[in-house]
Parts: sequence; structure tokens; C-alpha cells
Amino acid sequence: MSETSETNETVVRVNHFRKLYGDLVAVDGISFEAHRGEIFGLLGPNGAGKTSMLECLEGIRQPDGGTMDILGIDPASQPRRLRDLIGVQLQIAGLPATMQVKEAMRFFSAYHKVAPRYDLLDRLGLGEKLDSQYDELSTGLQRRLALALALAHKPPVLFLDEPTAGLDVGSRAELHTLMQELRDQGATIILATHDMAEAEKMTDRVAILLRGKIVATGSPRELTATGAGFTKVSVRTEQSLLAADDTNFPAVSQRAVKEEYVIYFSTDPGPTVSAILQYIGTQNDKLIDLRVERPSLEERFLEITNSGGVQ
Amino acid sequence: MTAFVNHFVFEFKTGLRNSNLLLMNYLFPLAFYAMMGLVMTQVNPTFTETMIPAMVVFVAMVSTLLGLPGPLVESREAGIYRSYKINGVPALSILSIPALSTIFHVLIVAAIISFTCAPLFDGVVPENWGNFVLVTVFAFGALGALIGVISANSRSTVLWSQLIFLPSMLLSGLMMPLDILPESVRFVSALLPATQAMQAYLGLAYNQATVIAPLASVGTLLVGGILAFGLAIYLFNWDSRNDVRRGNPLMALLALAPYVAGAFLMR
Repeated sequence: MSETSETNETVVRVNHFRKLYGDLVAVDGISFEAHRGEIFGLLGPNGAGKTSMLECLEGIRQPDGGTMDILGIDPASQPRRLRDLIGVQLQIAGLPATMQVKEAMRFFSAYHKVAPRYDLLDRLGLGEKLDSQYDELSTGLQRRLALALALAHKPPVLFLDEPTAGLDVGSRAELHTLMQELRDQGATIILATHDMAEAEKMTDRVAILLRGKIVATGSPRELTATGAGFTKVSVRTEQSLLAADDTNFPAVSQRAVKEEYVIYFSTDPGPTVSAILQYIGTQNDKLIDLRVERPSLEERFLEITNSGGVQ
Repeated sequence: MTAFVNHFVFEFKTGLRNSNLLLMNYLFPLAFYAMMGLVMTQVNPTFTETMIPAMVVFVAMVSTLLGLPGPLVESREAGIYRSYKINGVPALSILSIPALSTIFHVLIVAAIISFTCAPLFDGVVPENWGNFVLVTVFAFGALGALIGVISANSRSTVLWSQLIFLPSMLLSGLMMPLDILPESVRFVSALLPATQAMQAYLGLAYNQATVIAPLASVGTLLVGGILAFGLAIYLFNWDSRNDVRRGNPLMALLALAPYVAGAFLMR
């Protein structure tokens, strides 16, 4: 994962975007930018407004307020100009039940006026399913096909809505590799996901949505660093002297014993680890295992959403 | 052009691969044709005089009114049009290509009936093969597309289709001559596209006396088809989850205006 985007060129720009469904405000004044060569994550619980926002950016729905543009094109007023610039894997979409895999590639490539990318089908594990009809594919294969179709015309901007839902471990890893390659080639990827591990691993920056508003934004590392979450320092020694000794180490606010490990919750792990190692040395004990785990994005996400977005 | 050809070939194949469409495009019409040839010609020998036009109009109605609208609604419900939209497939292609491929299936079955009716059932062969057959199938294809566009779900598709199909079977001259119907019923009959199609067919292909001038019927079908297709494009909704749609579905009733006007041309 690259810490910063390749360039600072803004590719997707959203300003004070609003979306209403009757009286329900689904998205309320959201603003963000995504840059070239960046994977930008949209995180949020169900109903947070992620899909509404993506569908407006993709030109499928009309926004009720604010402005948005993709490479200078307004999706609401110029959706046709957008078609060859974006690749979209929708959360809810389908293909005709009787459409074969190779037919689907030929069909959509022709509408994008590009040669069919059968190599993508091979890469995504569909090479042996070229003659299979859409309704004969498993959910995972259907999602892989949707992804191959989204990539076939080499769009500079990709919208992926829960791309790994229903994928097995191997396919998921392959998709992640593919996303990294595309990012390295300069593509901008807007990734909506519920999978925090995926967001933490894949995205350069994320925005956390809650009840139609962005409540936190930044790189996963920045977000996890700014929370009240503690770094977990787990220690196991030969004589387990730490388990019986409740010595106060610097920056530790809480201590627990679990099986053969003593776990310290530290606000500043450097001094804590240093003091623990020194203590073990002075006690003539022997270190067997030491693990330092910073708070995960998932823990930070839960912290933010449970507090209702108040930080 | 490549996109159009790919799309057309796919839709044409779908008419054969999809079991429901295969039933509506081929199995049901041909089975009904065989049954009518075996039974109706024995019960009413004069039926052979109108059997070919009656069966061709029947095939057109089954394929377009009963076969075409369902997949259009199901595609919208299944989010297929969302996939199409984000990949730049225009609404015109989404409606016109299935209608066009259905028209091709109808023409294939119509040809089978026309060439086999005489040797198998002593059907009277038309003297003149005019473009009115194409106009007839186009008018029904456009109506089928319009029904698919305005129907909220598959059940209402059946309702709208049967609203035209059933009276057409009874009153349009397919099963019995129009002139044996009471005067009041005959006017209602003239409101049906199938009646206009039968009148055009009988008048132009068989030089038979008709209650509506055949060319007027062709004109009614042509205007009705253009209007229905135009309305289908205008009222087309990409997405059943999208509550914002263009036009009121009741506007579809305008497609019947040419048939109302055509009914007044009845002699």
C-alpha cells in the first residue's frame, strides 16, 4: 500500500452532495476528493449512504444537491460522456440469465468500442467458463465476471461496491493484487466495503460515513492513530513472573492475563515495551514471545460508529 | 454497428435458449397451428380460406404480446438494465433489439405456416405477399415493448397483454368472420390491432371484401406501431429501484388512439 497517491491530480471531486428519498436524507452534504493512482475507501454501516453516493457518481441516480465531477465531467448532466471513463462493479446488478461469459465480454466491449479482453476472464478464473451461461455461474463467479467487464475498457476510474463479497480466499487475493496493479498504473479506485481488513490493507485513504455524513477521513494509519484505542502489548516469558507481578509500566492503563500471556494496553507502546524488557532482564526471566498490535481499523470504525460519529 | 450486431445475435439466440421464449416463439404457435389445421378445418371447412392470415396474426400476437414484455420487466427487476446503462447500452437498443429479434422469430414461424399450410391442411395461399405482414408484426412488437415498459411487474404484464390478446382471439376475425358479429361488437372489434391486421391481410393478400379499407388498416397499424414504440422509449425506466421516472404510465393509452380513429373508418 502506498502511503500517498501517485500524483495529486484530483480525479473525483464531490462537494456538498445531498441525496434524498422522500423525506429521508440519505446523504447530507458530503465532500471529498480522490486522486489519480489512489484507492479511496468508503466505509460505513448499512444505510450510511455509500451506495447512494456511488450510484450518483456513476450517473445511475440524480443527486438532490451539491456538485460532483469525474475528470471534469458531471455525471448527472453528462452520463454518456462518462461511460468510457468509468468501470463499475455494482452491488445490485445482473446480466441476462442466458448470456454466456464470452458473449458478455464481447457484448459490453463492443458498446465500449474496444476489443474483448478474454485475458481478463482467464486472470479472474473464468477461462474455463467461457461457454457457461450467467445463471450457471456461482455468486462468486458472477461477481468476478462483473469485475472483468468493469475493467475490460481500461477505465481510468473504477467504482467497486463490495467487490469481494461472496469471493473465496484465492479470488479475493487475486482481486487485491489486480487492484494494486491498477492503482500502480494510475487508476483511481473508489472502493465501498464492509470489510475493514480489506480497507486497511488496500486503501490509501478512507472516509467513514455515518447517517449520510462523513464522520472521519484520512489514511487507515492516521485514523487508527487518532483514536482513543490502546496498543496491545502481549508478553510471554519462561517463568511467567509478569503474571504474578502487577508492576506499573509507563503508559499502561490496563492489564490482563490470558492463558500464558500478560497483555498490557498502552497509550505509548515504545516506553512500555522498553520497560517490560528491562524488567524481564532484572528478574532473570526469559522472553519467549512479544507481540505489539496497534488498534485495527475495525476497532477504530466501531469506536466511531458506536459514538455516533462524535470524536 | 458491431455492438448492434452482437446485441441482435444475442437476443435472437435468447429467443431459442430461454425456455419460456422458445415456447412463446415456436412451440405454442406451431402446436396451435397444427391443432387448428387438424380440428378447425374439419369443423369449419371455410376456415382454410383465412387460415394462413389468422395463424400469422396469432403467431405475431403470441410472440410479441405474450413473449416479449415478460423478459423486459424481468430484466429491469433483475438490475440488468443498470448493468447496461453503466456500460453505455442505449435505451433505444434495449427496446428495439429484443423487439426486432422477436419480429424475426415471428417471420420464421409465419414462413413455416405459409409454406406448409397448403400441402398439410389445404390452406389457401395468399396471392400477394406485401409489406403489410412486416407492418403487422412491427405494430405488435411495438405494443409488446410498450407493455413491458409500463408494467410494474410480471403479473401486470400478463394482465395488460391478455387485455389485448383475449378479445383479439374472439373478435378480430381470427376464428370467425367479422361480418357475422353484431354491429355494436364489430365496432369494438375494430379497436383491436389484430382486426386491422386481418383486414389488411385479407384485403391485400387475398383480394377479399373487408369491412375496413385494407390500406387504411395498414396505415393504422403503422401509425399505431410508431406511436407505441415512441411511447415505449419515452416511458422507459432503467431501474425499478429508482423512484424518479419520466412520464406517467397511463400515457401508454395514447398508443391506442390510431386504433380508435381506425375504427371509425369501418364501412
